[in-house]
Amino acid sequence: MSYLPFVLAAWIFLVGIFGIVRSRHFIHLVVSLSLTQSSTYVLLLSIGYVKHGGAPIFKDVPLGTKAVDPVVQALTLTDIVVSVTVAALLLAVAIEAKKHAKTMNPDELRPVRG
Amino acid sequence: MDVLVPLPVAIPLLSAAALTAFGFWCGRRLDDLVAIVATAATLAVSLLLVFRSSDHELVYWFGGWRPRNGFALGISFVVDPGTAAIATLVATLGLAALIFSWRYFDEVGTLFPVLMLVFVGAMCGFALAGDLFNLFVWFELMSVVAYALTGYGVQHAGPLEGAVNFAVTNSVGSFCILFGIGFLYARTGALNLDQIGAALAGRRADGLVIVAFTLLVGGFMTKAGAVPFHFWLSDAYAVAPVPVCILLAGVMSDLGLHAIGRIYWTVFSDTLSAGDIRPVVVGFGLVTAIVGGLMCFLQRDLKRMLAFATISNIGAVLVGIGLLTRSGLAGSIVFLNTNGLLRSAAFVAIGILVRRFKSGDELDLRGQGRRAPIAGVVFAAAGLALALLPPFGPFLANALVVDSADTLGYGWVPPLLALAAVLSAGTILRAAARIFGGLGEAKDPLFSHEPEESQAEPADSRRVSQLLLWIPAAALAVVGLGLAFIPELAGHALRDAGRLLDRSAHAREVLHGVAPPATPTPSYSPSATAYAYGAASTLGALAFAGFGLYRRRLPIVLRRAAARVADRPVAGLKALHSGVVGDYVAWLTAGVALLGGLVAVMVR
Repeated sequence: MSYLPFVLAAWIFLVGIFGIVRSRHFIHLVVSLSLTQSSTYVLLLSIGYVKHGGAPIFKDVPLGTKAVDPVVQALTLTDIVVSVTVAALLLAVAIEAKKHAKTMNPDELRPVRG
Repeated sequence: MDVLVPLPVAIPLLSAAALTAFGFWCGRRLDDLVAIVATAATLAVSLLLVFRSSDHELVYWFGGWRPRNGFALGISFVVDPGTAAIATLVATLGLAALIFSWRYFDEVGTLFPVLMLVFVGAMCGFALAGDLFNLFVWFELMSVVAYALTGYGVQHAGPLEGAVNFAVTNSVGSFCILFGIGFLYARTGALNLDQIGAALAGRRADGLVIVAFTLLVGGFMTKAGAVPFHFWLSDAYAVAPVPVCILLAGVMSDLGLHAIGRIYWTVFSDTLSAGDIRPVVVGFGLVTAIVGGLMCFLQRDLKRMLAFATISNIGAVLVGIGLLTRSGLAGSIVFLNTNGLLRSAAFVAIGILVRRFKSGDELDLRGQGRRAPIAGVVFAAAGLALALLPPFGPFLANALVVDSADTLGYGWVPPLLALAAVLSAGTILRAAARIFGGLGEAKDPLFSHEPEESQAEPADSRRVSQLLLWIPAAALAVVGLGLAFIPELAGHALRDAGRLLDRSAHAREVLHGVAPPATPTPSYSPSATAYAYGAASTLGALAFAGFGLYRRRLPIVLRRAAARVADRPVAGLKALHSGVVGDYVAWLTAGVALLGGLVAVMVR
């Protein structure tokens, strides 16, 4: 098993975090967050990877056929659902912010300070 | 298998689905009533589970997928009195919040009770889940609902900002948790907590295990609001509607800590030795307790003040868990339940003030509270009990933690815990004296400025019946104070903690269905030292409240000297809480790195 997918996952995670830290725009913030989350997909799928393994569908195949791990795929699917929910919620907030506070910069929402 | 086990999750979730489908055709009151009845039923079932699980764990395998030869393919709920008590706490607070919102909101859509029900169900599921996959699913469900509830008043800038900070920071925390779960699964091929523990047991902790532990604990600390992961918490709790705050501050934060305790003992206890982890977690806990207390003192907005009091309490609970002993864990269980109830009672009292006087600001409300005496009594009683006044719950919990710290040679921990209680509870008492007694001065430049815009709180002058506002406040306070008088409460907590501590017995029970022999309930009475700490911190909190009220009457020389020493650190501490989400995520990353570095250094 190569280390490359794990390095890639860490890289995407850090790039995403960098994007969030530097973000000055709502849409940019949401995209950065989704990017960070996609690092978890890469990690989970590479954990379940089996060389020459097929899709984990066990209908009409002989017992013992190699397949990738379905558990991490289920985790990834759950994760994608979560990602979409959070992105939708944040984008809804962005619309409200644009409507009421007339800004797309999260820092300008008259934050609570101190 | 006990058929009652899935009900604390099923009842609220099914009622939420039904309300979503049919709620728009019913009136608001019918919706509220359905939600209240469903939450009350959840409360009854959870309470029943506390008693049913008193002798042995109740393990429920969904769909009858029991483990074979110690290999669990199915998913499980594991109920012991501690987790069932948390589910009970969730349902109690949910019930109080729904009753309170009956009169608190003038207008609220059908979606509010629906979201509250989902929130209650998700938190119950998180408390009971027995494997990492479900822990993650419930964690995400309760988080997403919490973001939505925080930003419920979308027409104001404050809730929007709080919801964004909450959502982004906690999402990053949950990615950390998911990474940790992935690593553990990669190493052990298991998701069931006890099965992972069995696979890791006896092996040397290598880099992967340390990283997995760090990411899991860091993620859960983000949810709990431990320093330096806490920044989102004060922003979110300050702007969320009061009924939501009851659940957020009362139990959601503590759930993160509960998960840390449970995961350490079932998964890591035979790999990472307690002696290595203890100083790190206790250190994080103490810093959290003190920083939370200091920031609490600097607030004039009552909700934000209580948010920082929550952080301070979280620190104390984290210390109890971090001592990694039976007594410490038992103390944290008692702490979590009683503090949660008392903080929620204080939040309801604030809600009454906001509803009545259109303000949640300590200085603006000075003396006005005389017209709402019940809120004042509740607020002051919560403050006194949180100041570790014997014989109430927080004192009892602190006594357990003190015992444990003294036995371990951590004698320096209890004085710092008492100091944290003085800071946070003293501030609550200060606010109580100023608002309900009219004491103190009308201006204080030291306090943080209140955000200018009005909050997303109801604002009409219509007089409504106050009864439904007072009942939850009084009930939460009475239950919170009364818990301490349950016979042998500490003994039960000790027995419950002892069951979690024995990893291999716990694994045998969950994976092989072998119940351990029943243990007698130990009897416990607080030591003289604990009474001394309780008395000292109560007096200290009263003195500190007086200091907060009449600070400016101190001699000028003294004040100048204090200003020279304290001004810069205070300004620096305030500046850290910048309200900018990018900063918070940077702190989170730094916190995880620090945690991982410290654990790695200790283990090597």
